Amino acid sequence: MSEGHDKEAQGEHGKAVVSYRTMNIAVSLTLMVVATIVMIASYRLGAGWAKDVGPDSGYFPFYVSLFMFITSGVTLLQHLLQRHREGERVFLHHRELMMVLQVLIPTLIFVVLSIYIGIYISMALFICFFMMWHGRYRWYKAVPLAVAVPVVLFIVFEIWFLVPLPKGPFEAWLGY
Amino acid sequence: MDAFLSLMHGFDVLLTVSNLGYMVLGILFGVLLGFLPGVGGANGIAILLPLTFSMPPTTAIIMLAAIYWGALFGGCISAILFNIPGEPWSVATTFDGHPLAKQGRAGEALTASLSSSFIGALIATIVLTFLAPIVAKFALRFGPPEFFSVYLLTFCSFVGMGRQSPFKVISAMMLGFAFASVGTDEITGGLRLTFGTEVLLTGFHFLIAVIGLFGIGEILVTIEKGLHFEGQTSKINPFIVWQTWKKLPQYWVTIIRGTAVGVWLGITPGGATPASFMSYGLAKRFSRNGDKFGTGQLEGVVAPETAAHAAGTSALLPMLTLGIPGSPTAAVLLGGLLIWGLDPGPLLFVEHKDFVWGLIASIYLGNVVGLFVVLSTVPLWASIMKIPFAIIAPIIIVICGIGSYTLSNAPADLVFMVMFGVIGYLFKKLDYPLAPMVLAIVLGGRTENSFRQAMLGSQGDLSVFWSNGLVGSITALSMVMLFWPAISWLYRRLR
Repeated sequence: MSEGHDKEAQGEHGKAVVSYRTMNIAVSLTLMVVATIVMIASYRLGAGWAKDVGPDSGYFPFYVSLFMFITSGVTLLQHLLQRHREGERVFLHHRELMMVLQVLIPTLIFVVLSIYIGIYISMALFICFFMMWHGRYRWYKAVPLAVAVPVVLFIVFEIWFLVPLPKGPFEAWLGY
Repeated sequence: MDAFLSLMHGFDVLLTVSNLGYMVLGILFGVLLGFLPGVGGANGIAILLPLTFSMPPTTAIIMLAAIYWGALFGGCISAILFNIPGEPWSVATTFDGHPLAKQGRAGEALTASLSSSFIGALIATIVLTFLAPIVAKFALRFGPPEFFSVYLLTFCSFVGMGRQSPFKVISAMMLGFAFASVGTDEITGGLRLTFGTEVLLTGFHFLIAVIGLFGIGEILVTIEKGLHFEGQTSKINPFIVWQTWKKLPQYWVTIIRGTAVGVWLGITPGGATPASFMSYGLAKRFSRNGDKFGTGQLEGVVAPETAAHAAGTSALLPMLTLGIPGSPTAAVLLGGLLIWGLDPGPLLFVEHKDFVWGLIASIYLGNVVGLFVVLSTVPLWASIMKIPFAIIAPIIIVICGIGSYTLSNAPADLVFMVMFGVIGYLFKKLDYPLAPMVLAIVLGGRTENSFRQAMLGSQGDLSVFWSNGLVGSITALSMVMLFWPAISWLYRRLR
């Protein structure tokens, strides 16, 4: 990415939040932590040769995570030692971060809600919220669609293909 | 001749009203999934897989394969009209396809791209028809060491042929293997890596990973760009189609080269995306109009499309004969086979002839039907693209959620899906490849089992992987692939 482009992007998307270098370091560190956890768990399980079984249960995951630890370690070093300005490229600008969070957080709420109150009600709320907040639609445009989608999906899944989806008190009240 | 007779039998299996109906339905679904950014062939099939559990396996795989063809065709529509590749393999199509559309020649570009996809797929299917039975027969002699060496080659190829940092490729792949080992150990029957929790007892289903990585992850990447579609209108009618068809034969060299690149990269796990780029690059270099590429050359549309579609088709060859998918989408189809109790591999050709040949016959017919269905419905798709992202995005997310839940009716899968979505987003932006990770999740169990069986057979002696010419040469080739980045680095240093 050229410098000119970066400056232009900065104006358009707000302040830089995090650079590629930082993100690369964070992700490789996380992978190393995961690898360590898996290595310890596999070692406890038995990562050697077991009689009549051959390589034991923990053998494969142990070596897999050992390799992951080593390669992530190399990636970590590469980015720690990097002096090149390419590494300072911006990973996320403030506005982009907000956009991503505005999708990610509602999605998380949607999946958690659907476990408790059923997927149909949660998806109606989710679509309605998403359209009004993200697309700035008025309620009289958002609500009909937010009702139509669950109804169509209900017919397709529960009635036509007989595939049960998570349901809550409202569906129980309807007799499903 | 054997293959020909079996193929005729396959058509016999295929030609029932319900099979054909599901095929057309599959193609329409596939085009829709293929041209919407955020859903693609792999997670489209993953989402629709549970709906096919009640169908006979042959019908189900025909429909799922049709979705795959539809997605392959559909990716180019949004690439040409909107400059937005619906699938990664249509990125190269935007280079010349969108400039053509801007010049008001969208109809020509679409016809050329769809027709050349069709030709690429057709040639690849012929290769598949005659090569697959031979490979399967050969593979019947494979034991655990041979299978392990083939798996090794598959994974090492990602390191040798990937554009990304080899260290990142291995990290992503190993993370996939680690995900695959969670749950029940297939050999001892004991539990492992569940950390005392109940939700991890059954492990991570790879389809959840596919839906999260490719579906949710892609949405996050797309939304970040604050996507708004600016489309070119397309005028397409039988006259334009006919005029374009008359021009296509002059690009025969490009078509053959593209198909060859595609077939090769499809069988080895390169996949459709590198194939399309490589074919475009080669065409640009060798064409007389090479310097005009990028300004709207029909040849620049023909080259990537033939290769992408040929690769997409030939990826099924290793999947059917060896149980090794050449692409994430083929991996999802493989997952489907496993769910229906069919074990992909050489025995499939012996024990489930109807199924295999019904599928191969459906590739022929699916591509013919696909070409005409897509050509005649272009305006419909173009109008769907005009629906704002604020409406499309939540619906895609909802459908991803449904797909994840219906796999095993486990609510925890929904949370895992979002987790994989975040991993997909980060990995995509940081250039960790997703394909080897998905393949590692799919093939992790089989790879591990073949390794442990081979070790048990040889009493822990690793030399079993060099014990005969066949297994030895595959293992040696894997090592070359694994160390290829280091070899080429050294070579450049020494010069």
